[in-house]
Amino acid sequence: MSGRVAIAVTVNGTTHRREVEPRLLLSDFLRHELGLTGTHVGCEHGVCGACTIRLDGAPVRSCLIFAVQADGRAIATVEGLAPAPGRLSVLQQAFQDAHGLQCGYCTPGILMTISAFLEDNPEPTEEEVRHALSGTLCRCTGYQHIVDAVLLAARRLQGG
Amino acid sequence: MRAAAAAPPRAEAPRRAPRRPHRLRQSAAHEEPRVKPAPFAWHAPDSVEAALALKAAHGEEARFLAGGQSLVPAMNFRVAQPAVLLDLNRVPGLDAIEAAADGSLRIGAMARAARLEHDAAARRSHPILAEALHEVAHPQIRNRGTLGGNLSHADPASEMPAVMLALDARFLLRSARGQRELPAADFFLGPLTTALGPDEMLAEMRLPPLPPRSGSAFLEVARRRGDYAMMGVAAVVTLDAEGRCAAARIACCSAGPTPMAAPRAAASLLGTRLGEAEIAAAAALLREEVDPMGSVHASPDYQRHLAGVVAARALRLAKARAA
Repeated sequence: MSGRVAIAVTVNGTTHRREVEPRLLLSDFLRHELGLTGTHVGCEHGVCGACTIRLDGAPVRSCLIFAVQADGRAIATVEGLAPAPGRLSVLQQAFQDAHGLQCGYCTPGILMTISAFLEDNPEPTEEEVRHALSGTLCRCTGYQHIVDAVLLAARRLQGG
Repeated sequence: MRAAAAAPPRAEAPRRAPRRPHRLRQSAAHEEPRVKPAPFAWHAPDSVEAALALKAAHGEEARFLAGGQSLVPAMNFRVAQPAVLLDLNRVPGLDAIEAAADGSLRIGAMARAARLEHDAAARRSHPILAEALHEVAHPQIRNRGTLGGNLSHADPASEMPAVMLALDARFLLRSARGQRELPAADFFLGPLTTALGPDEMLAEMRLPPLPPRSGSAFLEVARRRGDYAMMGVAAVVTLDAEGRCAAARIACCSAGPTPMAAPRAAASLLGTRLGEAEIAAAAALLREEVDPMGSVHASPDYQRHLAGVVAARALRLAKARAA
């Protein structure tokens, strides 16, 4: 089975069928096979978190999964967050309003991580937010504005 | 189970492909995919028996792929180049977490760290699991990494091997030939080295019940949340009806070539009320029992000092939780 393997992967609600080499990483599959370049690739050994996507709902590193392993699974990427073209989700809007990004390289991984985090923990403390962010590296902001953005999003999602 | 905080050593700097004009491609079928790991044959067996038969056939050439949070980074760097990958993620029944009425717990090798961390029965029967798993890498890694994969990787800096020693766990090893059960202490032979034979799989971890009046604690000192600890200590104590220590087990991570038990320190506590003087004496013994290797962040002497400090804190906390 070192030849190509036929897979069907649902990404943001659309099912894509491809034949891929088993060694193709899911991150590269998303970017190069599907053209979904919103998922960023940083360290490619699981440390930086830029490539974080949601696999069947759970945030995971797409650089540490092979595309063949995603066969039959549902994936959410940053491209699926916005409710409509030209509009931002509550979480995305909070990042813009709280200046939660500068260069933006880490942002897709953070958004996918935090979108799941706020579903599980809709009223987090700052300490919990910092723990949730611990697996994503940002080299621009020093994290304070990212923490602010997450807390702002949590308040808005709670209707506050 | 976690990606290394520091990159594995590389013999050569990676070569980047020349920059191409930025262009979205809806299909790149005409181009070679950009790949990092070396080629391998991939099998996704749908039963334990099929997985074990494949492992027997391929031996050392094959690696089991569990959560992939240690193996795939090594493959991305081509530090690991297995010829055959046996993906266990489609094998049903390997991820069970079963609590028995007597307080014992069986954990299937493919139980993911996040699921075990939040499993209600496991939190009741062996709360040190959740306490230690919270320190294992990051939430995204714990969503994917498995306990069996972590233990089979046998990184002496990892928290869970030490926790398994402190809990007196027994490991079920399976192969096409049959199965055997090993104490955790006999499983870890050295850095990234275990008692697993070339045809064997770590299938299940079996934790005995903690007796009444038991308390446990896992504490570590790391430079940042989610980093490997410079020193971590798992402590489990059991008190008798008079409040004296009836049983104690202590094990450390980042403390030597394997998870390091401290049997002399633990034995020194038996029969005592776990007072400050006895805890200090045990911590002094423990400092002599560990064999830390040092790193760019902490010298062996500093790690040894930390071992005593963290062990004393863990013992105080375990005692308070036992009372």
